[in-house]
Amino acid sequence: MTSLTSTRARIDWSGIAFAVLLTLVIIGPLVVVATWAFTEVWRYPNIIPQKFGFRFWGQTLGRPDVWNALMLSLKLSTVVTLLSALICLPAAYAFARMKFPGRDILFFSFLAGHAFPKFGLLVAIAAIFLQLNLIGTFWGVVLIQLVGTLMFMIWIPVAAFQAVDRRMEEAARDVGASPLRVFWSITLPQAGPTIFAAVLLSFVGTFYETEGAWLIGAPGIRTMPVLMISYINNQMVIQYGAVLSVLLWVPSFIALMFARRVIGGGAFARGFGG
Amino acid sequence: MSVLHIAEVTKTFSGGTHAVNSFSLDVADGELVCLLGPSGSGKSTLLRMVGGFEQPTSGRITIDGEDVTHLPPERRPTGMVFQSHALWTHMNVFKNLAFGLKLRRMPAGEIREKVEAVLELVGLAGYGDRMTNQLSGGQQQRVALARSLVLEPKILLLDEPFASLDQHLRERLREEVRDIQQRLGITTLFVTHGQDEALSMADRIVVMANGKTEQMGRPDVVYRDPKTPFVAGFIGTMNLVEGEVTNGQFTRSDFTFPLPIADGPATLAIRPEALDLTASDTPKATVHRVTDYGSHGLVDLDLADGTRLKSMVAHPDLFRTGQGVDLKPRAVAAYRNNQQIFRS
Ligand SMILES: Nc1ncnc2c1ncn2[C@@H]1O[C@H](COP(=O)(O)OP(=O)(O)OP(=O)(O)O)[C@@H](O)[C@H]1O
Ligand SMILES: [Mg+2]
Repeated sequence: MTSLTSTRARIDWSGIAFAVLLTLVIIGPLVVVATWAFTEVWRYPNIIPQKFGFRFWGQTLGRPDVWNALMLSLKLSTVVTLLSALICLPAAYAFARMKFPGRDILFFSFLAGHAFPKFGLLVAIAAIFLQLNLIGTFWGVVLIQLVGTLMFMIWIPVAAFQAVDRRMEEAARDVGASPLRVFWSITLPQAGPTIFAAVLLSFVGTFYETEGAWLIGAPGIRTMPVLMISYINNQMVIQYGAVLSVLLWVPSFIALMFARRVIGGGAFARGFGG
Repeated sequence: MSVLHIAEVTKTFSGGTHAVNSFSLDVADGELVCLLGPSGSGKSTLLRMVGGFEQPTSGRITIDGEDVTHLPPERRPTGMVFQSHALWTHMNVFKNLAFGLKLRRMPAGEIREKVEAVLELVGLAGYGDRMTNQLSGGQQQRVALARSLVLEPKILLLDEPFASLDQHLRERLREEVRDIQQRLGITTLFVTHGQDEALSMADRIVVMANGKTEQMGRPDVVYRDPKTPFVAGFIGTMNLVEGEVTNGQFTRSDFTFPLPIADGPATLAIRPEALDLTASDTPKATVHRVTDYGSHGLVDLDLADGTRLKSMVAHPDLFRTGQGVDLKPRAVAAYRNNQQIFRS
């Protein structure tokens, strides 16, 4: 307590500098993007746009390729998240609760994939997919994005399952529940909020994933972020990209806030420890 | 109606720990048996084997003659109360109690009746809608007990259910549990390492050490006549004095006592309440400290070589620190090679 008050009394210059830097780097671009989204005319050298308005919202939302990309992205994220849950949750339960040979090595290998430079890994996978005729297909993108969700969908649920009190499960067996019933009625509800957060994170992560979707999906599959990149690269109208950014920022922000609240930092820490 | 029969049960964990060693015990119908022993003596392991949470390495467990050794917990007629209450925090009290009944496909109306009755029994009528984290520690433990009782198990198993509660509450709950247990006539195995708990509520106690029975019997009998120095030291307060016997005389430092046994080393056991002190010209011990408890006093004594003894006295104001006293044991037991070889 005393140390807390004393640090508050002194002015922590390095902390302030850090906060300012973070604000500039993170909030700055967001403000610029948000401003662009509501701008109709903004010419150099003005600091504030000359004319605000919703014209580009109408134009952006009127484009069929935007709607196609949005629908595709939603479908893709849903399929990937469902498949990922189907594969990862039982695996996470096994990692957390069962003992089998090679358990630690296997668990580590799930995570090790994420230690490689991602783009190199993607290129290698793309080469394989090329032979399998998966390039430019929906399922090719599903596969590549599935790999991307493994980390969230294994690590966090493992921590969640491990955190469930074994005695609670035993008490349920004691009153007559079968192992399956215990999992359904006790383990899952206990680990539920954290697992839900992992599912949410993997959905959001898939929705915004770009490199894999672009490398494997192009040219046939154009997800929302890929479309945005092409807008920006083609120097069309900045406002299109900006409007989409703001549009997509809202749901993901809500999702992340929710995830943060449920996971509360503890599960991440346990994941690293266990 | 329900008897528990544990025959030659051994549990060796994969690491090689012999948690329980060829342990046998019969618990009669309606009897409450306390398993008592130091930490790591295998009490929980034994209880968990009866509940079905651990598989015995060898041996047999039967309930009412039915072999349950290899049945999973959900198919055993046992109910277990855990030290950490293990209530399901995502359900309210009612749902915690109803869960087992629902699994048995009991109609909703009947479930409600039963749950209300058992809540009444443990003194928590009207608490059904509470979430478990809105209860005090004692109330949580009562709910845990109710959760087992509502299923009317043949054998009730309790693993240090009150260990996390304060002394006062522990004593009250102990009485309540004993009360309920006797009212329902439910056969009960109770693990504790609080000897006062065991002595006050058990029909019979089993003192365990290293996965084996050291002694079993009625609490007062075990207290009065411990058969090994381990039990003597573990149950109640006991002065254990190691010394030598020569020509029928036990000697430790200046303290001697006639002991009609063969020559050799021996351990003399004297309860503080059986050790009288008298003033003497040739003192055998020095008073180290006097503690007055109001109803009685406790005198700590040192022999000349520093051996500490305790004596319970009726009038502590008769003694002063540094005073020399003579020792007059009224009743002793003597042990050699972990066996009792003499008792007076
Ligand atoms: N799952 C396990 N794996 C390996 N060894 C175990 C396991 N459970 C218990 N043991 C060991 O078995 C021995 C007996 O443990 P047990 O829990 O039965 O003791 P206890 O008498 O209940 O002790 P306490 O009073 O501390 O609860 C101990 O040495 C313990 O380390
Ligand atoms: Mg124990």
